[in-house]
Amino acid sequence: MSNVSITLHNNDEARGLIAAIQKDNPNSVSHVYPGMVKIDCPDRIVIFRESVELEIGRSWTVNEIHLSLISLAGNVDEDDDYFAIHWNH
Amino acid sequence: MRMMIILPFIGIIERETTMNVQKKISLKDRYRILTRGLDWETSYQPMGKVFPDVGFEGIKIRNWDDFNDPFRLTMDAYWRFQAEKERKLYAVLDSFSQNNGQTAITDGRYVNTLKLFLTGISPDEYMAHRGFAHVGRQIPNAGLRISAQMQALDELRHAQTQIHTIGQYNKHFSGLHSFRRMHDRVWYLSVPKSFFDDAVTAGPFEYMVAIGFSFEYVLTNLLFVPFMSGAAYNGDMATVTFGFSAQSDEARHMTLGLEAIKFILEQHEDNVPIVQHWIDKWFWRGYRVLTLVAMMMDFMLPRRIMSWKDAWDIYFNDAGGALFGDLARYGITLPKYVDVPAKEVNRLSTEAWSIFYQYTHAAAFHTWLPTDQEMDWLSASYGPDWDRLYRPRFLHWRQMEKEGHRYYNNALPQLCQVCQIPMAFTEPDDPTRVAFRDTVYRGERYHFCSDGCKNIFDHEPEKYVQAWLPVHQIFQGNCGGASLDQVLDWYGIEKGVDNMDYAGSPDERTWKEWEAMRGRVAG
Amino acid sequence: MTIDIKTQVIQPKRQTFKHVADRLGGDRAASRYEEATFDLQPDVNFHYRPLWAPQFEQFDRRRTAIVMRDWYDLKDPRQYYYATYNIARARQQEAADSAMEMVERRRLLDVIPADWLETVRFCLLPLRHYEWGANLNNAAITAFGWGAALTAASCFAMGDRLGMAQLLGRIGLLLGGNTETALIAAKTRWVEDPAWQGLRRMVEDSFVTEDIFELFVAQNMAMDAMVLGLVHDHFGAECDRRGATAIPLLLGFAAEWREDNARWVDHVVRVAAAEGPENRALISRWAADWSARAADALAPVATHVLGTAGGARAMEDLGGRFAERMVRLGLA
Ligand SMILES: [Fe+2]
Ligand SMILES: [Fe+2]
Repeated sequence: MSNVSITLHNNDEARGLIAAIQKDNPNSVSHVYPGMVKIDCPDRIVIFRESVELEIGRSWTVNEIHLSLISLAGNVDEDDDYFAIHWNH
Repeated sequence: MRMMIILPFIGIIERETTMNVQKKISLKDRYRILTRGLDWETSYQPMGKVFPDVGFEGIKIRNWDDFNDPFRLTMDAYWRFQAEKERKLYAVLDSFSQNNGQTAITDGRYVNTLKLFLTGISPDEYMAHRGFAHVGRQIPNAGLRISAQMQALDELRHAQTQIHTIGQYNKHFSGLHSFRRMHDRVWYLSVPKSFFDDAVTAGPFEYMVAIGFSFEYVLTNLLFVPFMSGAAYNGDMATVTFGFSAQSDEARHMTLGLEAIKFILEQHEDNVPIVQHWIDKWFWRGYRVLTLVAMMMDFMLPRRIMSWKDAWDIYFNDAGGALFGDLARYGITLPKYVDVPAKEVNRLSTEAWSIFYQYTHAAAFHTWLPTDQEMDWLSASYGPDWDRLYRPRFLHWRQMEKEGHRYYNNALPQLCQVCQIPMAFTEPDDPTRVAFRDTVYRGERYHFCSDGCKNIFDHEPEKYVQAWLPVHQIFQGNCGGASLDQVLDWYGIEKGVDNMDYAGSPDERTWKEWEAMRGRVAG
Repeated sequence: MTIDIKTQVIQPKRQTFKHVADRLGGDRAASRYEEATFDLQPDVNFHYRPLWAPQFEQFDRRRTAIVMRDWYDLKDPRQYYYATYNIARARQQEAADSAMEMVERRRLLDVIPADWLETVRFCLLPLRHYEWGANLNNAAITAFGWGAALTAASCFAMGDRLGMAQLLGRIGLLLGGNTETALIAAKTRWVEDPAWQGLRRMVEDSFVTEDIFELFVAQNMAMDAMVLGLVHDHFGAECDRRGATAIPLLLGFAAEWREDNARWVDHVVRVAAAEGPENRALISRWAADWSARAADALAPVATHVLGTAGGARAMEDLGGRFAERMVRLGLA
């Protein structure tokens, strides 16, 4: 089992997104660095549009993740309602 | 669908509905329709003539449509997101320059890392831009082509924002003013230059594996995170901001690289050995370029973030392991010579910094000897062997400086034919013996720093014999003349200003003036 | 920490980079465009010949018969660098989005007579493949052109043409009742309909044009003058006459972009032609040849949209205006 990860800006704009990821991926571990947060999780991380919208109180499209993204490790799968990162092995 | 609509004055006429059936199109479908639907099979000109560069590398593609788009970004969204990022970045740059942000760094020596970056890396961002434009022209699949085109735009962004950011330092410090001229001429800058020239002159598939995968996915964190964290730890807010802003593009690039390599591997089993060789080659080539980063981390940052060794563990061993686990099902293995960096890890940065110390008169940035405290940090990071093998060398050089005989190496070094680094690396299993490898090709002997570089040459000797080797070029009289002064002029290096030790340099004077000013204001 | 000394005067040692100062004729403050553009492309000491074109250097002036003493004379009059380019387009795109939303919300397409709507589908939607061709050609100019002044601007044009293709695609979705049907039909037309084959043949011929400046003139000056002229001037006016004002509204961004782009194209052509009689002769010939071919290729589409007489008038008008433009740019 290996970790996938997503690294996001640690700023006000990404706050809701980070909170949603932490809630929806209870096995994840977050590392805080100057200016950024790296979230690791075994095998898969999923981000649900609905969860993010619940956190930020407005509608949110999955594409908007590009504004907060710094780096990631894993294969990407995205659709209208979710954004997922996973390994295939 | 047809229906009846009643309009005033016109009466009842038959109208075709357009809006009345509001079906929501999913993100995936919308992207597919707007992007993948654009291509057509040409027939007035054969496809082979329209896309002539995709055949010669031996990669077999059964069905281009199998390519899986990593991010479904249409141009309207691209403009919107990128404009947003740029507005934020340039707001920071404007305030940085208004507030003389360059005075907030930890120490004047820090700027030398920016010199290395602007002369060595930024011009390669530009090359990445042109390389992706070539892929974005040549690949006969709309999805892959658009992703490559967007990356071509992004890489132009990186080159331009780096110039604007570091341009603020250029106004006050030496060594940055002729970064373009230097990149094409100065001896050590032919290391990163030949790396990207190599990639751009390769075919489009190799370029995707070289840059899209090996560089962006496997090694990019080792390049950018040290520079950006180094900036953060040393008070350089402008560089931190462009770094994070550029990184948000990297996530897209990494994913493109991974999808591209999976696509190539899935298309035909004959592609696997070709791709494996490219992974071997570009891993090694990239690793050799990272020597400059190792040196920057361990010797040039006034406030250290982590050692090169820690960075290699975190960003290559951990992250790389999972990645190659994922590719194992295609029969892809870890790159050849992957064990060598671990063997060299304790001495790579020291061997590199030693080269620059000896050739400081021919470098466009300043050098210095590590302080006792810095040597303690190095020995804590690299263990007792470091004290045994390298501390005496630095102490010896320090003694020579004290006696007024600072050591300069005035002999031109032999360069590795592939990576173009002076032949100063030691044997993987014996740090006291300099490693030499060679190959005779068409009656001439070529020299290499390592098995990795020799392996690359032996696969494509006809390519690597063409290398523009700075030392050969000086001997052939192509670099402005035979004397050091003439060569430096030709490099665009201002003598006594850009080169030599930090101690006594105009940069040091500038920094001390600012410190004095600060003292006056505070006092 | 900066606060302490920001009130003190800190004199910069230099205003800009040396290669920029050399071009400005002295060390003075340079614009962001100048710093981001001048001499950005490596021009000497290339290491390896391209495996895919060993007859050329990695970047090679011999990719075109046009000769320039300094390729950085071909500046972008809009002074776009990455940030200003994207910010400009994002703003225009926002306006385009509101236009599209208004057309949708107020059902402005519903008032267009069915037969004219069919003409709109016929004339407009296949052009997204034309735009896609223009994208490919500007990618080629970016990959193989000489000098960052030309190739950065062509890279932006490459992005623009994808944007325009996708704008037409979105209009196609509207015209297809939010389905793909209209766009599928349009692609079939582009590939099969006799009226479109002249244009498709010309676009495919442009793909294999080897001289990179000829490609620039063919695509960005000649073909665009005819194709975009027919769309925005003649077809757009006809839409207004037929009560289909929604169509020019949806094309507003494209029309505005066309003028923006033409400013760049005209400047490049004018400067390159003014360099000397050989350049002028070459560019003049390319412009004349490709525009004449484009006029022939488009005639069937013009006829279909505007009728035999109207189509002929439109093509004559476009030809006349192109001739005037050539004179204005110093072409023979
Ligand atoms: Fe980049
Ligand atoms: Fe080497």
